[in-house]
Amino acid sequence: MSVDIHTVKKVASLSRILVTDAEAQALVPELNNILKWVEQLGEVDVTGVEPMTAVIPNHLRLRADIVTDGNVRDKVLANAPQAEHGFFAVPKVIE
Amino acid sequence: MSNLTDLTVAEIRDGVANASFSAREVATAFNAAVEGGRALNAYIVETPDAALAAADAADADRAAGTLKPLSGVPIGMKDLFCTNNVQTTAASHILEGFVPQYESTVSGKLWAAGAGMLGKLNLDQFAMGSSNETSAFGDVISPWKRADGKALTPGGSSGGSSAAISARLCPAATGTDTGGSIRQPASFTGISGIKPTYGRCSRWGVVAFASSLDQPGAMARTVRDNAILLEAMAGFDAKDSTSLDVPVPAWEAELSSNLAGKTVGIPKEYRPDGLDPDIEKLWDQGIAYLKDAGAKVVEVSLPHTKYALPTYYIIAPAEASSNLARYDGVRYGLRDLPEGAGLQDMYAATRAAGFGDEVKRRIMIGTYVLSAGFYDAYFTQACKVRTLISRDFDAAFAKCDFLLTPTAPSAAFALGVNQDDPLAMYLNDVFTVPASLAGLPAMSVPGGLSSDGLPLGLQIIGKALDEQGVLNAALALEERAGFSARPEKWW
Repeated sequence: MSVDIHTVKKVASLSRILVTDAEAQALVPELNNILKWVEQLGEVDVTGVEPMTAVIPNHLRLRADIVTDGNVRDKVLANAPQAEHGFFAVPKVIE
Repeated sequence: MSNLTDLTVAEIRDGVANASFSAREVATAFNAAVEGGRALNAYIVETPDAALAAADAADADRAAGTLKPLSGVPIGMKDLFCTNNVQTTAASHILEGFVPQYESTVSGKLWAAGAGMLGKLNLDQFAMGSSNETSAFGDVISPWKRADGKALTPGGSSGGSSAAISARLCPAATGTDTGGSIRQPASFTGISGIKPTYGRCSRWGVVAFASSLDQPGAMARTVRDNAILLEAMAGFDAKDSTSLDVPVPAWEAELSSNLAGKTVGIPKEYRPDGLDPDIEKLWDQGIAYLKDAGAKVVEVSLPHTKYALPTYYIIAPAEASSNLARYDGVRYGLRDLPEGAGLQDMYAATRAAGFGDEVKRRIMIGTYVLSAGFYDAYFTQACKVRTLISRDFDAAFAKCDFLLTPTAPSAAFALGVNQDDPLAMYLNDVFTVPASLAGLPAMSVPGGLSSDGLPLGLQIIGKALDEQGVLNAALALEERAGFSARPEKWW
């Protein structure tokens, strides 16, 4: 499988990365080289093989359903590019 | 006391404990070395006051008889670990100015053990790279030089850590290893570094790259120092869902280079046609060292080795594309809000302005392999091959206790030579990525010098949770290699 400039622009859009036409054009061969190289995995027989989900056997823990953290609003907001009235502020999202 | 910066972690710890010198003298000497070493660009942020404060606490603890395991030892912290009130950037413009209001578990444990911070160490952007050339804060320059005098890479992604330790700008540092980011830079700079078993060290507060592979570890000049540092870093953490709830062994106390009764496996697939003769010679020398230490040598096979890199370059970008979705210009870091732009435009503009080219490339590859219609062909297939790679190791470890391989396929290369060819750069990790995919502990120790006079590392890969076996085999190599070369000071 290989990508063309339309696919690159779609992937960039899904990735929320703004690319110019020139950048998208430059990415076409770069991404295709990498994709062509990883496609050698297709030759491996994986019949009956489960995809790996954990490298070291481990179990997902449950913890008591109690509050262990919080009340740190100012710390949470300390690095926000824009914070107003104790909230993160974003550009208007409704017309 | 002009050579305090030549001391190892163990020597500093013991010297402070028996009052041969004060912790403050040590911190002062390293602070001066850090300042004098700026030409290497190893540190993004210098924190001399933090180093002095920890040193004064260590001197007070000595007077009071309450010394801690790392009292008086100043270290460098890779700038991927969040440090309370000290800028943490992952070497990306998108996090420039980010000042965490919390401490990563691993750095917190090191400070609690008495260590002091000299500064935050440069790295490849989001730890994506093998040469430290993807940092938004400039290349790190290796203290090592070839005869041609060209500036060399210190390796990556933990290139600030490796350069600083090698140049004596710190006695030890933290690193993180996703596909070789501790071991390859250690190999390139003539130092040692260990990536423990996945889950040994908490990932909490470490800027995430590929969560199923990321693992913090130690870097220092000796095997013993790595054992000391790792003991302070490791341990269960409820804040990391993949943290292993197992006790931390006394790795330093149990160090032994006697390998009688041990069997070392030599994976035949790691000796491809066209392997650099310097690397081949080093590897054969390493085998001889381990035999001399009492180990029996067997050949083993890891048949899926050639698929490890392509597997890695599907899984790591896939996880990165998901992890890096958090950089949205809303909660922290950079925001680029063009005039009149809406929320979606702000995301796209922020990420275009904040991420470097390699980071964008990997996010887009990851997004593509996870997208509808391609998910099974790429991502699921890679996860299945990963199972096969892991099984290869299980089969090999039925015949041996640990593996010996070269760490990297070459010595350090000149800055700039691989920059335009991502695939050539990815091949640096050909010997380190398989152990990462299987979550196994692995360590690089200096084995000798190349024909160009540059350091070359040997890698020990161990069974899951057998860091002791890895450290002991590495110690046997270290004692026999007697590596004492160091870069001549030019900075």
